[in-house]
Amino acid sequence: MNRFSARRQNWRKVINIVMLSFTGLATLLVVTPLIWIIGYVIREGLPAINLQFFTELPTPVGVSGGGIANALVGSLMTVSLGLIIAVPVGTLAGVYAATHPDQPLGTLLRFGTDVISGVPSIVMGIFAYTLIVLPQRHFSAFSGGIVLAFIMVPTIVRSTEEMIRLVPNSLREGSLALGAAEWKTSLSVILPAALNGVITGVMLAIARAAGEAAPMLFTAFGNPFMNTDFNQPVSTLPHMIFVYAIAPYDDWRAKAWATALVLITLVLLLNVAARLLVWWRGRLFKSLK
Amino acid sequence: MNAELHKDQSSFGARVRNAWQHGDRLYRLLLTVAALLVMILVIGIGYELWQNSALSRQAFGWKFLITSDWDPALNETFGALPFILGTLITSFIALLAAIPLGIGTAIFLAELAPDWLREPLGFLVELLAAVPSVVYGLWGLFVYIPVFVRPSAEFLNKSLGFLPLFEGPVFGPSRLAAGLLLAIMVFPTITAISRDVFRAIPNSQREAAMAMGATRWEMIYQVLIPYGTSGLLGAIILGLGRALGETIAVTMVIGNNLDLSASLLRPGYTMASIIANEFTEATFDLYLNALIEIGLILFAMTLLINIIARLLIWRVSQRTKAEVRA
Repeated sequence: MNRFSARRQNWRKVINIVMLSFTGLATLLVVTPLIWIIGYVIREGLPAINLQFFTELPTPVGVSGGGIANALVGSLMTVSLGLIIAVPVGTLAGVYAATHPDQPLGTLLRFGTDVISGVPSIVMGIFAYTLIVLPQRHFSAFSGGIVLAFIMVPTIVRSTEEMIRLVPNSLREGSLALGAAEWKTSLSVILPAALNGVITGVMLAIARAAGEAAPMLFTAFGNPFMNTDFNQPVSTLPHMIFVYAIAPYDDWRAKAWATALVLITLVLLLNVAARLLVWWRGRLFKSLK
Repeated sequence: MNAELHKDQSSFGARVRNAWQHGDRLYRLLLTVAALLVMILVIGIGYELWQNSALSRQAFGWKFLITSDWDPALNETFGALPFILGTLITSFIALLAAIPLGIGTAIFLAELAPDWLREPLGFLVELLAAVPSVVYGLWGLFVYIPVFVRPSAEFLNKSLGFLPLFEGPVFGPSRLAAGLLLAIMVFPTITAISRDVFRAIPNSQREAAMAMGATRWEMIYQVLIPYGTSGLLGAIILGLGRALGETIAVTMVIGNNLDLSASLLRPGYTMASIIANEFTEATFDLYLNALIEIGLILFAMTLLINIIARLLIWRVSQRTKAEVRA
């Protein structure tokens, strides 16, 4: 090998090592903010957390104590309402997408859900505003729940569809061969087999919806008092963080961190649980095969 | 039993059961209705936004897109240009940072990471996508800006301050801050999808490149990336879609100021953040309609972007399937 090509060989090796280490470094850089954010939220939020924080209403600026009871109730109300609408519609649409993949509506549906999941949540918020708040002429927990339903539907459709496709066809054929009707097969054989996959999707949808602040600004609107009426405005956890964070008071800022700790714990727990379910399910199907 | 079945057919209940194929027809109807409901959502959003922005569309026409007067108080004239530009600028900064890092991470996750590291790292990237936008905003406002963005901005201003892009004075909350925060928020989208694109490339491609004596990087750069180009492009465009529509985090760190200068170091506005900020304060119908029209523009942009991205990604998976079969 002459000197020129030897140098070229070395050069190629150097490039190789430099670029490969760049990818490793990029990974490190990408993961850093996550640890930074979680660490900071724990550090700033933990001191303010106590039992009162969960049971009391917000206090005015300068008055110590106070909590987020109203926002916990508001988040619970809006997310539950969203679930009641999104779970049946999303699951059934997911079954449709999985069982009719080649029909025009099936293709359109899969494409449509992909597209909806990319629509900004604030646009969903405007939609709910024109649909519900404008005709009713007042903000309400109801309209907040509807927005969250819109946000949850695509996640639930996609995960249901994917999970149903993973169910071995032999199960379906076995049920049909025993004389069960198609709906019976679908509801009592296939969906239960895909159940924890569907639950995974629902949990991820809850995690996403529970963290939405933008559309809540002009649907649920926020409310410093306790309210359990769906026709009245409510506060939600992310909305509370937003209000506290942009206010120029130090004690509110501390509450923003504490509320963020509550929210992020909820969201991360849901994500970890969803992940564990997928893992557990993978092992189950391996043992079936 | 067969005889019983025949006898039964004359009864009313049996006729109903047969007509509905023992519930199957009803079930299929139910599924179709659910599927249609989801489709109606897409059309419904477009329709409602179009209807409710009528006043503004009639008053300003296409000029709405290219004028920059936003004056609800005195003249009641509205133009969306500053917000459209603000959105484009912040998204561009975000992509500039997120593309190399996101695709680099995807390469590491799909091609280089040892098996035991792959799953946990992939999960961390997923968690990054799960952090609520408002928490990003909170962290961005009180930690990211003072610790990282502001020092970088001052450095840029000192070294490149003669360019209009980096003109002072330096603010904490700024277009740069919004762009750099968005970068973190679009990483997971770009990374997760490009990782799947790399994983979908058949192994024969890798083996062929290695057999020709390529180094690992040459295999990635000269074979895998060209092979997956349209998928990677899809991932980037999808990341762009997320950056365009991101609202609350941007509203918290961009400073919300109608600043018409080109400087990245000054506060600005995006389409999403003006809606978030002024929607509940819109005191008359034209004002509200103008804000809804901004929402309509945002919707149209993200719709278009998502359709393009999905088509690109589908094309890769279709092609890979065809080649694996062949």
